[in-house]
Amino acid sequence: MTTLSRMILAGALIGLATGATAAESDPERGAQLAAQGDGSGAPCVACHSADGSGNNAAGFPRLAGLDSAYLAKQMLDYNAGERVSPVMQPNINNFDEQQIRDLAAYYAAMPVPQTTTTADVGEDVLALGEKLANQGDWDNYIPPCSSCHGPGNRGVGEIFPAIAGQHPNYIRSQINAWKNNQRNNDPNQLMTAVAERLTEEQIDAVAAYLGSQSATTE
Amino acid sequence: MKLKHTISLLASLLVASPVILAQPEVPVNLPEFKEGQYIHDAPTVEDLRKDDSIHPELKKVILKGRDMFMNTQQLRGKYVFNDLNCKSCHMGEGRMNWSAPVWPAATTLPDFRGKNQHVNSLEERIAGCFSFSMNGKSPAYGSDDMLAMVAYHKWLATGAPVYEKNIGGRGFSHLGREKPELSYERGQEVYAENCAVCHGENGQGQEKNGEVVFPPLWGDGSYNWGAGMTRIFTAASFIQNNMPLGKPGSLTDDEAWQVANFINSQERPQDPRYTGDVKETREKYLNFHKHTNYGTVVNGELLGDHDNTGTKPFLKPDILQPRTFE
Repeated sequence: MTTLSRMILAGALIGLATGATAAESDPERGAQLAAQGDGSGAPCVACHSADGSGNNAAGFPRLAGLDSAYLAKQMLDYNAGERVSPVMQPNINNFDEQQIRDLAAYYAAMPVPQTTTTADVGEDVLALGEKLANQGDWDNYIPPCSSCHGPGNRGVGEIFPAIAGQHPNYIRSQINAWKNNQRNNDPNQLMTAVAERLTEEQIDAVAAYLGSQSATTE
Repeated sequence: MKLKHTISLLASLLVASPVILAQPEVPVNLPEFKEGQYIHDAPTVEDLRKDDSIHPELKKVILKGRDMFMNTQQLRGKYVFNDLNCKSCHMGEGRMNWSAPVWPAATTLPDFRGKNQHVNSLEERIAGCFSFSMNGKSPAYGSDDMLAMVAYHKWLATGAPVYEKNIGGRGFSHLGREKPELSYERGQEVYAENCAVCHGENGQGQEKNGEVVFPPLWGDGSYNWGAGMTRIFTAASFIQNNMPLGKPGSLTDDEAWQVANFINSQERPQDPRYTGDVKETREKYLNFHKHTNYGTVVNGELLGDHDNTGTKPFLKPDILQPRTFE
């Protein structure tokens, strides 16, 4: 493809995407869909709760307050087979793109519930998690989480989700999924690179630390 | 790139053995050190905390310097007039090889520097970074702030031999200064594929709640036309060995050169050494600017032909002075 036609295509795609999210996505429709589900399997609220707070014990992530474009991409990726979860996929595979964008808008606009999980690990483990989250382990080429997930690890833009106050079991399972080549939908393999360098001990520590942090600045 | 790609493809087709599968998806590909080079293992902040031989007052000063280094934006409007931190370019706390580790400045200066044609001290070298890369002005020589910065540099150099110049991993460089044929369009493609996801489609970077997360690569928030990073070979080497974040050595040499040329073909704040005429300035500092696109025409625009100093309310900090010993 020539550069020019690539640019035209990119422009057209951007136009479509903004058209779909900015002009048409409807959180109220999203609320109905979250309660009803896609016609087969469980509705969103069954696992992610009515307030979008998810569930740590079961490893269901908090969705409330996450970026709308990020949430939409994850659901679209499930339906395209780019992200795999036998639990999640059957519950959203009948949603079309518009419905997914409505759902994403609904969860993004929700007030952030208190999801902080008190860490049941030792002080040294928590300190290791804090170091990884905010300073990294450069000798093993592990940049700090905050270098992409932003100040307080509360997320940046459409690509880098908030991970502070996310459930530790979910964080642990996702890092392991990247590490074991079971999750691959990160742009440019930016998360794969870091995940596969983390030791099990480091994964436990950073999940415990991030889970113990507040998802909001208040 | 094609060759490398083909080889890895062949390898994965031919040998699907557990050994191959255990290889990382994203390896850390950094250049080899050359034989006989001094390799330094700079101390960490944990080492500092544990080291009882360092006076608590000195620890405080070193940690202050480190804090200025890591969060240089706290000096915004005082010394810093763009969106960068020291660690934006000197990654990994200024300790990392191939990421312009800062400790060699403490062991190899004073020395003659080609950039300003005189013998420079460590303080003067730091002042250079503030003046160009941070588009600002430096803490005064001998000031508390400057002492803290110097202390951080010297502590990182702990154990390194003084005036040993054959240092492995110094600077960013291994791509050399011989440019390949450069194409703006090719660089633009590499940028869109690898850089835009973090640094934005227009190089504007990204911030969150007023805090810079991904620094801008051009425009008012970025380094000025006098910064070392405007030299295409410097940027190419930095990119090759440090970017995308967490994936050093993932771009081919050619991709690194092309994207460095693309980034450094965009406008940025004026070179503090500006004489009022961009072509004259380029000629006057040609030993530096022969490596940049400053004062040349790219896509019909004469780069650097403006009086814009970004958010900095002056052109040249007073601290940039020649020295003579006559």
